[in-house]
Amino acid sequence: MSEAKEMIRVEKLNKSFGDLHVLKDIDLKVNESDVVVLIGASGSGKSTLLRCLNFLEIKNSGNIIIEGEQIEKETHNLNKVRERVGMVFQHFNLFPHKTVLENVIEAPVQVKKMRQSEAEEIGKELLNKVGLGDKNNEYPSKLSGGQKQRVAIARALAMNPDVMLFDEPTSALDPELVGEVLATMKELGEEGMTMVVVTHEMGFAREVGDWVVYMHDGKIVETGKPSDIFDNPKEERTQAFLNSVLH
Amino acid sequence: MEAVIEFFEIFINSTDVFFRGLWITLRLSVVSLLIALVIGLFFAMLKISNVKALERIADMYIWIVRGTPLIVQIFILFYGLTDVFLISMFWAAAIALAFHSGAYIAEIIRGAIQSVDMGQTEAARSLGMTQSLAMRRIILPQAFRRAVPSLGNQFIIGIKDSSLASFIGIQELFGVANSLGSNSFNYMPYFLSVAVYYLLIVLILTFCVNRLEKKLAVSD
Ligand SMILES: Nc1ncnc2c1ncn2[C@@H]1O[C@H](COP(=O)(O)OP(=O)(O)OP(=O)(O)O)[C@@H](O)[C@H]1O
Ligand SMILES: [Mg+2]
Repeated sequence: MSEAKEMIRVEKLNKSFGDLHVLKDIDLKVNESDVVVLIGASGSGKSTLLRCLNFLEIKNSGNIIIEGEQIEKETHNLNKVRERVGMVFQHFNLFPHKTVLENVIEAPVQVKKMRQSEAEEIGKELLNKVGLGDKNNEYPSKLSGGQKQRVAIARALAMNPDVMLFDEPTSALDPELVGEVLATMKELGEEGMTMVVVTHEMGFAREVGDWVVYMHDGKIVETGKPSDIFDNPKEERTQAFLNSVLH
Repeated sequence: MEAVIEFFEIFINSTDVFFRGLWITLRLSVVSLLIALVIGLFFAMLKISNVKALERIADMYIWIVRGTPLIVQIFILFYGLTDVFLISMFWAAAIALAFHSGAYIAEIIRGAIQSVDMGQTEAARSLGMTQSLAMRRIILPQAFRRAVPSLGNQFIIGIKDSSLASFIGIQELFGVANSLGSNSFNYMPYFLSVAVYYLLIVLILTFCVNRLEKKLAVSD
């Protein structure tokens, strides 16, 4: 079997907000087609880590290597890098003044300069895929939370990214709407999309995750296969955290 | 009763002269408000630039406009501009009025931009959009929608303020009324006529702004 291609490598990543040291020497590796699930208590730095991977936050030190290329804001056009790294947010952040289809084709047309007709074709296909083929011309305000999040996923996919980052994509949803979004994400993972997912949905982590990463206080405490983390956590803090969320 | 009939007679008989004044009022208002929008957008951008020096410049401009009477601004700019540049009275007046409205419009636009959720910028940036593309395609359209009521209000103020241009010799509505009044030594009917014209303009503009608000609300 050939070595899996490395998608993201993070080395000794540090990030502070003023005096607050939020990420402390983070090391992380994500291979192509991996689904990596980040878990940890509130404030442990999960969102900050994701946002550093997308350069919405700029690290203080350390290396972020994406598809073999060490990305620095001095030497790289971060806009170009972000085209390859899609992101889905807790609060969807759909563009409210644009219809569902317009949301999806906005970046392909404006950023990639794709022809309108071609972008629409791809957009409709993606919306079909996330089960919203009949909502092309609706405005986001007319959709349920679950539908909004699926549009947001389609919008990110429209840029044909190599990696998708999800920051608590179901935390803002009514419980009965969580399933449809997780199902969409699961399908995406099964198709081989490389994904880094911050979530409190432990069922998803166990079922869909290839790796689970537990963060505490800005550090990665433990990384392992879902079965290892959930059934035999090595670290006491991981056990304590899992006890608090699973029971 | 006689006074009322006299007013209507004068009102109707003077329509052609007033229409010339009305035309100038409308042109002056539209031109100055369009310039003011550009000025306002520019200074709003300075205010949110996160560059201290640029923010200071915008603050200074807004402070000057707020801190001095409009009529003083008009006289300084009008005589300043016509002295230094080969510029028509109309354009000098339009620029002076725009200089004034621009400060208020800058604050309206800045407030509207800052009221748009940060998540919108982040979503746009995460899709690879540049800062300026995100501003143009995502933030400003939403900000303008929110600003429509305040901008409409400012436009109404701007139209009424344009009457001050009569003091520098522009024959807009109020200037026309003044001339007609002084010719006939009977000011009141002409001043009342002017008031009627302004009320009608404001009525129509208010209607249009409301329509626009409704139209823009389809996505809410
Ligand atoms: N822009 C910011 N400025 C200052 N402090 C910040 C900023 N963003 C995050 N923080 C702080 O950094 C720490 C880590 O935040 P982060 O959002 O990464 O945590 P999290 O693990 O995602 O938590 P949650 O589960 O609540 O989302 C927190 O203490 C937070 O208050
Ligand atoms: Mg978070």
